[in-house]
Amino acid sequence: MEFSLEELKNIDEIKSHYPETKAALMPVLWLAQKKFGWISNEVIEYVASLLNLSESHVKGVVSFYTMYFKKPMGKYHIQVCTNVSCMLNEGELIFEHISEKLGIKDMERSADGKFSLEEVECIGACGGAPVIAINEDYYEKVSIAQVDEIIDRLK
Amino acid sequence: MIDNSIKLILPDIPNLSDLEVYRKNKGYESYRKAISMTQDELINEVKKSGLRGRGGACFPTGLKWTFMPKGNEKPKYLAVNGDESEPGSFKDRQIFEYNPHQLIEGIMIAGYAMGIKAAYIYIRGEYHKWINLLQKAIDDAYSAGLIGPKMKETFNHRYSIDIYIHKGAGAYICGEETSLMESIEGNRAYPRFKPPFPAQNGLWGMPTTVNNAETIATVPAILRIGAEEYAKIGEPKHPGTLLFGVSGHVNKPGVYELPTGTLLKDIIYELCGGVPNNKKIKGVIPGGSSMPVLRGDELEGVKMDEESLKQYGTHIGTAGIVVMDEDTDVVKVALRIAHFYHHESCGQCTPCREGNGWMENILKRIKLGEATSNDIDLLISVANNIESRTVCALGDAAAWAVRGFATKFREDFEKVVKPKRTFVSPNIAHSKRNSPETLLVSA
Ligand SMILES: Cc1cc2nc3c(=O)[nH]c(=O)nc-3n(C[C@H](O)[C@H](O)[C@H](O)COP(=O)(O)O)c2cc1C
Ligand code: SF4
Ligand code: FES
Repeated sequence: MEFSLEELKNIDEIKSHYPETKAALMPVLWLAQKKFGWISNEVIEYVASLLNLSESHVKGVVSFYTMYFKKPMGKYHIQVCTNVSCMLNEGELIFEHISEKLGIKDMERSADGKFSLEEVECIGACGGAPVIAINEDYYEKVSIAQVDEIIDRLK
Repeated sequence: MIDNSIKLILPDIPNLSDLEVYRKNKGYESYRKAISMTQDELINEVKKSGLRGRGGACFPTGLKWTFMPKGNEKPKYLAVNGDESEPGSFKDRQIFEYNPHQLIEGIMIAGYAMGIKAAYIYIRGEYHKWINLLQKAIDDAYSAGLIGPKMKETFNHRYSIDIYIHKGAGAYICGEETSLMESIEGNRAYPRFKPPFPAQNGLWGMPTTVNNAETIATVPAILRIGAEEYAKIGEPKHPGTLLFGVSGHVNKPGVYELPTGTLLKDIIYELCGGVPNNKKIKGVIPGGSSMPVLRGDELEGVKMDEESLKQYGTHIGTAGIVVMDEDTDVVKVALRIAHFYHHESCGQCTPCREGNGWMENILKRIKLGEATSNDIDLLISVANNIESRTVCALGDAAAWAVRGFATKFREDFEKVVKPKRTFVSPNIAHSKRNSPETLLVSA
């Protein structure tokens, strides 16, 4: 498990944005998650050595932020907002529907590793409620039929 | 009649996010105006405009800038708050998408005013798309020599600034200004005690100003039209335009730029096309989930600015308006909000960590019909005991939100609880209920 030379160059660039190396930790964890899929203990060790930080510090940071995956997630990570504006627009039904459709609960991954599901807090798209996000893409004002269509396309 | 003709932040100009289009529309001319003034003159201009922060607390922006020490012995930083995690808020992302250069120009102007070395724009991790859009604009500004090392040459002036985006990773608390700084530094984002305030002891112990993205994006517009003109827009004590994000039960949800003081009912009925199926309104959250809710029957004449809303015991917050129709289960909404604050509490203060858990559990019991009327009082008393007893304002936010629902909609809560219990003998059962273990219900 290692970053490529190009990625390491990118990390040097990121470090130069801050007066202290520690501040590069969150961006480097993002890169690591993109490359390795999730933040395992091995990744924690690697990132810690790369940035000259203690493993316990890195672990502490990883555990504080919900978007760093602490276990392998699906190729398509489906996030469903159920906070107020989405709840008022049946976001909960969407969550339950996807959960049943894929046979997975909150923070679980389907057996084939393709999908994982997460009930998320407001993702800042309330005007488009109900909102789901798949990996990095938002889908706003979605109906159950549309959700089916989107997921079936990915299957 | 609603006046929605003044568009200072989100004008209807196609492709304004392109550098060339922005430049053709007076882009980066406000910065030229800014550097023709001294730093003090510039800060005075912002003070004169009456601009107040758009991040929730409505603090006067010009005044905040004067807290920064003068001189350049220490590097000084600007942190632009684009965390936008308050439920019901979705306005800053419009700026990242549709007018990113005005935000960049605002950073340059604020940077010059305070002698800032580097600015960090903190954006929530879920906003991948908007981070990319803003990064593209920043890259273009660098290439054009508008920021960074080539800036001095471009503007023939001694000042230059670097601008970086720092991507969050899922934690509401990072919107709180000291938590945000911890997060940029690469730490678990526990809010810091204040004082010392960021202007004394901010990022890496250096003087730092934290401003919301909309606040900063407003500054170039102020210089464009002049502080005096700006101060005349909307309500004198809270002037200008606000980006109102309207969601919930309305026909046309979305972000609307409107002068402060616009009537809430006009926003809902004229701009947003009213409530689906012509239902009545049960309540409205006026400024993001933290701000106390208004009842549907008290909306007449309510103006949307901080001073007006204060008279109703609530605040403008982030101007995120959430409309709830007459069929809304307000107990459920309160429970959902309480769950959010409990989930997002960083846990370092006991009243916030425990109190939010208790509030959520009491609300769960109320929702399940297992509570008595006494529990509504207990809920309000827990809220009262969180307020003002914590390191940061997340505790207050949770208390305001929950107490707002329990007091404004008391009769709805009473409908789902059992009658008040009175005890004749020493009440062991009741006192025991006050411990967190016994408050837990298995739902
Ligand atoms: C729990 C909590 C969350 C906050 N979240 C945000 C946020 O997402 N965006 C924001 O601009 N301000 C947020 N604030 C307010 C900031 O602490 C700070 O007051 C603001 O960014 C200052 O900018 P302004 O003066 O331009 O309003 C939050 C405050 C608290 C207590
Ligand atoms: S009030 Fe809550 S969120 Fe804020 S510092 Fe205390 S425990 Fe953390
Ligand atoms: S409540 Fe769902 S995106 Fe804001």
